[in-house]
Amino acid sequence: MSLDKVRQRAEQDAKSRGYHLNPDPGFLNDLLEGLKTNEERYGYPACPCRMSSGFFDLDRDIICPCDYRDPDVEEHGACYCSLYVDEATHGSGEAKPVPERRPPEKQAKALGLDEDREVEPKVVRAVQAFETERKLFYCKQCGYVTFREEPPYVCPICRAKQELFAELKTSLKLWTT
Amino acid sequence: MVVVKVEGEKRDHNVFLYSLSTCGWCKKTKEFLKEKGVEYEYMDVDTCTSEERRAAIADLKARSAPMGFPLAIIDDETIISGFKPDRYTEALGL
Repeated sequence: MSLDKVRQRAEQDAKSRGYHLNPDPGFLNDLLEGLKTNEERYGYPACPCRMSSGFFDLDRDIICPCDYRDPDVEEHGACYCSLYVDEATHGSGEAKPVPERRPPEKQAKALGLDEDREVEPKVVRAVQAFETERKLFYCKQCGYVTFREEPPYVCPICRAKQELFAELKTSLKLWTT
Repeated sequence: MVVVKVEGEKRDHNVFLYSLSTCGWCKKTKEFLKEKGVEYEYMDVDTCTSEERRAAIADLKARSAPMGFPLAIIDDETIISGFKPDRYTEALGL
């Protein structure tokens, strides 16, 4: 993937959310290069400012745009790596560092700190271990349904807060005559 | 260990930086230290071997340091997490 493609994708995404990209051209370029490197390295554009595990399932929350971007831009005017910023930050010409919102348990799990799991990716084991923890959640406001470990911070469709998500319980009924 | 040494005229403190090669804030921190003439060593934890990365993670865990980058260890005791020029200025007496 070319750097231009990475830039275009980020620009489009910023526009759709009413955000801007980092106002410092040099810094922005570094972040885009970092995303490009990570996409080539891991197969997905993991956050350039976080340590990836190389496991898709464990890194899913830090794939750009990460799960923490929207609440971070709202609270701090920029996301963790500061690729995405709000209008005010863009106008100020410089983004300030943003504290990490990613829960330490998630990070510990991704880096293999929580157990004696090998840091080296073992795909089959990863799929078995992590797929099962996902559940279905639906947004009570718009009905959007998602399958993951926990509901998103903000509904990607209607922007309802996390509290407005509820677990979707399903049951399988077997009909016999 | 893939530790890179950056020469500088200020050598009063032992400065070691864990960083990511892809991270803009890490780059800013490296540039800041270089600009101030601080001699330091750094290790990019995303480009080293998995064994080296494991050692780095174990080291950070042993120090109860946050797993965020850049992360500086000054004189084996002071830990600075993130790009914080003020804290570097204070810790290194710049």
